This record gives sequence, structure tokens and C-alpha cells, in this order.
Amino acid sequence: MTASPEPAGPAEPAGPAEPAGLAGLAGPTGLGRRPARPLRLLLRRLLRTARADVLAAAGAVLLLAIVACALLAPWIAPYPEDGGTATHPTEALLPPSADHWFGTDQVGRDILSRVLFGARTSLFIAVAVLGLAAAAGVTLGVVAGYAGGWIRDVIMRVTDVFLAFPALLLSLALAVVLQPSVTTVVVALAATWWPWYARLTASVAQSVATRGYVDAARCLGVPAPLIVFRHVLPNSATPVAVQLSLDAGGVILTSAALSYLGIGVHDPTAEWGLMVQQGQTLFTTDWWVVTFPGLAILVTAFAFNVLGEGLRQALDPRGATR
Amino acid sequence: MLRYLTRRLGQAVLVVAGVVTLTFTVMRLVPGDPAVAFAGPRATPAELAAARERFGLDDPLWTQLWNYARDLAGGDWGTSLHTRQPVARDLTLAFPASLELVGAALVVAVAAGVPLGVLAARFKAGLPDLSVRFTSMLAVSVPVFWLALVVQTVFAGNLGWFPVAGEYDSSLDRTSPLTVYTDITIVDALITGNWPVFTSTLWHLALPALVVAAYPAGVIAQMTRAALIEESGQDHVRLSRALGFGRTAVLVRFALRPAAGPVLSLIALVFAYAIVNGFLVEAVFNWPGLGRYAAASIRSLDTPAIAGVTLLVALLYVGSNLLVDLVQGVLDPRVRTR
Repeated sequence: MTASPEPAGPAEPAGPAEPAGLAGLAGPTGLGRRPARPLRLLLRRLLRTARADVLAAAGAVLLLAIVACALLAPWIAPYPEDGGTATHPTEALLPPSADHWFGTDQVGRDILSRVLFGARTSLFIAVAVLGLAAAAGVTLGVVAGYAGGWIRDVIMRVTDVFLAFPALLLSLALAVVLQPSVTTVVVALAATWWPWYARLTASVAQSVATRGYVDAARCLGVPAPLIVFRHVLPNSATPVAVQLSLDAGGVILTSAALSYLGIGVHDPTAEWGLMVQQGQTLFTTDWWVVTFPGLAILVTAFAFNVLGEGLRQALDPRGATR
Repeated sequence: MLRYLTRRLGQAVLVVAGVVTLTFTVMRLVPGDPAVAFAGPRATPAELAAARERFGLDDPLWTQLWNYARDLAGGDWGTSLHTRQPVARDLTLAFPASLELVGAALVVAVAAGVPLGVLAARFKAGLPDLSVRFTSMLAVSVPVFWLALVVQTVFAGNLGWFPVAGEYDSSLDRTSPLTVYTDITIVDALITGNWPVFTSTLWHLALPALVVAAYPAGVIAQMTRAALIEESGQDHVRLSRALGFGRTAVLVRFALRPAAGPVLSLIALVFAYAIVNGFLVEAVFNWPGLGRYAAASIRSLDTPAIAGVTLLVALLYVGSNLLVDLVQGVLDPRVRTR
């Protein structure tokens, strides 16, 4: 790839293609009131990646469509009331047709409408889980990485303990303890995901802490908390943003698995994993009941994974030179 | 090396202690009185008191944690509330079946993932690369329970090519009973030369193993591709290329071996994850492994059993991590000083 200086103008259109990742980056960067230069650099890199990596670009477009579906579900769903408590027993288990593109389920609800509403549930869970996990993990990680010594050791050993429990299993155990609900799923998944952020941020913060400008700030007598927030945190943000995108797919898969196991979201709420579970006994006779919600999970997780992988390669300094 | 070994072992012991404490804490938070669950809803106060006494529920928490850890170390993992058998015994019965499933899945995953990774690296940025990346991304993104349902319905239900569920045809227990040595059915059948059971198990294993293999195969393909591309830039690989070896030969003969280290450690790390992922597949295919046991335990709020499964998987994870680090410490001296 050429490193020719591109004007800022053409780089801007990449913005709308990547709102989620950028918002995450802009936040911590804005904290220190730093100039916009790194942001523009990032945009240029993203645009370059989109041209070079068709798969990642497709993931970004796909994700945008899914977010649009989630936001606009009440307006674009053919039968918006089916996303909620409505039932139509006389129209149960109709195969896909012009009226019901994805068919209807066992109580006559339009599956397309429920799949669209399900995008809301899944994306909400993903955002809430990763928000909580990143907030807790990044805070602990920055402290561990900057402080070093025994503080780092203690935090890292606790992290190791939580990492030893596979996400699904610990969530399962926690979901048994807490009452089944969306909140339970969010808390349980966040409890299993934060260690990754702690570990990642700790290693990045540790290397940032040895840089010259941090030393300079320390010598000038800047208090440690301020150094952490103005220098260490913003410079640790990029790998965290990439990890968020990579993890979103995993969170969506695991939350769907929890719902499939009957732990988590309850019936009137549209949730893809729950729809698969409710339809599984009907699969041999009425294939559409299981097929479409499952495909929705697959497509959403795929979009996040492909995009995350593309971002990782674009932002990896070694990847950029390849 | 000795210093690295002791430090790494010390870390592992600390993590295991933390794992035990965390499991204990989660177990104590479970709503519902374990004494009631054990003695039954119609128990008299005296029976309840006896149950509380038996499980030491009246002791202070620290004592309970200490006793719990001591019992675990002594092989007493508690008594399951729903099978009324020692949890340790239940686990040794259920775990081999899970191991069989995940072992078969990992074999499939390596057999598919490594060649696909080589193919992608050989034709980097070309159509084969794109399709391998696409397929491997699909494989890691597919909800495993849904894939299990689809595969079961299509290949076992509609086409009838494979059996729908179970580990082997149970009518074989009468015609050719299996002598049990390892509890891993396919291994036992193989070493005792019990071919009817062996082929039946293989047949039953095919679909669930393929489903469990999807995720590791995708990850291994991506990792192999990345490691090979990284390795291709190394001087020794470029030298062999300059000496006149073909592109494919260079990749397979010279780049693959140094790239094998990260891929091998990845396989060990994916192992514990695959066991848990296998739980969902076991439920669909009615595989008599840990997943089925865990599901039954959760339904009956069987805390000792849930704790047992959780602990076992966490210990497997810690163990495989330790193994990876030690092997890498032996192979690569730089690791030891980190």
C-alpha cells in the first residue's frame, strides 16, 4: 500500500461506514482534547482497508444494515405487533409466502417481524455486555499496567481465575443463581468478558507507561491519575476498539446459546436463540421456524467477526506493511 | 528453566485456588436451600437438620470453604442431588464421552483447518484465499446449537444417512457386549476388537463431531494462514525459494514447521472451549457426555454437580494452558524470561 498523503476530504466518506468503532475511539481521544489528526489518519486507513479487504467492507455494510433493522424494526416490520405479545392462533405455522416472507411460528406470529425485533435484543445485549466488560476491564487493566508491581500481580491473577471459566459455563452458573432475564444475561456475560479487556489493556498500558512523554509528564509532577487518563488511556484505546468488534460476534453467539438453553430472555421478547429453541421440535415438519432465526444469528456474528478481523489487520502496524 | 517452571507452576496453583473459591462462592449464592433440595419437599424438620448437619451448612463460611477445598483435593467432589451418586464418579462416567466427541472433532478440525490455511497462504489475496477466509469466518460465526439441529434434521432425519442420536446402537449391548477399559467407547471397541460397536460408534460420532469441529477448524485455518504468511517473509523461507523450491513446497516443507508452534498451542487452548461448545451439541444429539449431565444438573438445581462440571472444565483449561506454556518454554528459551 502506498503512503501517499491523501487530503482529508476524500477520507471523510469512510465515516458513516464505521460509526460504532469510531465512536468508541473518539470518546477516550476526546477526553484529552487532543487534535483530530489521529482520527483522520484512522479514517484514511479504514478507507484503504475497505478497498483492499472486500470481506471486511462487506461486513461493515452488513452490520450497518443490521443496525438499521434494529433501530427501524417497529416501522419496517410487516407486522410490528408480532414483535410483542400479539398471537394469531388461526395463522399458526404458515410456510413462507408473499404475506409472510419467513412464514409464521407456532402461535401465528410473523417470523420476519420477530427476526427484525430480535436484532434489537441481540444488539442491545452485545452493546450492554461489552460496555460493562470494557469499562471494568479497561479500568483495572490501565491501573495494573501503569502501577505495575504487586498491584499488577494481584489484578492479573484474579483475571486469570476468571479466564479459566469458559464464558458459556460461568454465565450458565450465574444465570442459575440470578433470576432469568435480559439483565441476568448481560451481567453474566460481562462477568466473563471483562478479563480479556483487563489483560489486553494491562499489556498495552505497560508499554505506553514506559514512553518518553509519560516519563516527561511524571517528571513535571503531573499526578498519576491524570497521567493515566490523559496519556495512557487514550493511547490504549485502539486495540480495545478492535477487540470490541471482534468480541461482539462471540457475545451474540453466547447470549443466543443461553437463550436457547432457556436461560435469559422470556417469550414475548423476540430473541433469535429462544426462537430456535421454541421451534426445534417442529424442525422436521416446519423448517422455517428454526432456519431464519438461526441464519440471523449467523449473519450478525459473521458481520462483526469479519469487520473486527479487518480492523485488526488495518490497525496492526505490521499488517499495514504487508 | 527450573525458575520458569516453578514460577509458572506457582501461578497455576494460585489460579486453581481462585477457581475453587469462585466456584464455592457461586454455589453458595444459588437460591434455594441445598438441604431442602436433598431431603425433599416433604422432609420433617429433623430430616432437614440432619441434611444441614451432613453438608455442614451451619459452619462459618471460611470453614466451609476450607472443608470444600480439602474434600476436593481428597477426591470427594460431593454428592449429586439428582443422581444421588458421588459427583466425582458421575464425572468420570460422563467425561470420557465428551472427550471422545471433542477428540474426534479436533482431529477433523486439524485435518480440515491446516490444509485450508496452507491453501489460503499459497494463493494469498486470490480467490482461494478469499473463499477460505469466507468459509472459516462462517465456521466461527455459526451458532453451534443451530448447526447441530440443521445437520441432524437434514443428514439424519431427511436423508437418513446417519443415526439421529446416541453414542452407539444400544441393541449391540446384547449381541456384542463391550468390555470397558477406558470408558471411551471408541477406544475400548478398538482395543478389544469389537468391530460392530466400533463401526456403530464411528457412525454415530460423525455428525456431532463435524458440528463441534466447525469452530476449531475455522480458527485453525485462520491461524495457519496468518502464521504461514508471517513465516513466508523470513529469510530462511526466502532463501529456499531462491534456491529453486516451488511456492507450495516452500510453504509445506519449510514454513509449516516453524508455524506449527503457535498452531499447536492454539489447539490446546481451543480444547476447553470445544468441550463447553460440545455441551450444546451433546444436548441435540443426546450424547451421553458432560453436557447432558450439566443440563440435567441445571434443571434440578443440583449445585454440587454444577460445581463439579464447572471445576472440571476450569481445571482442564488451566491444565492445557500450563502445558502449552511449559512446552513453549522448552522449545523457545525467550518465553522463560517473560
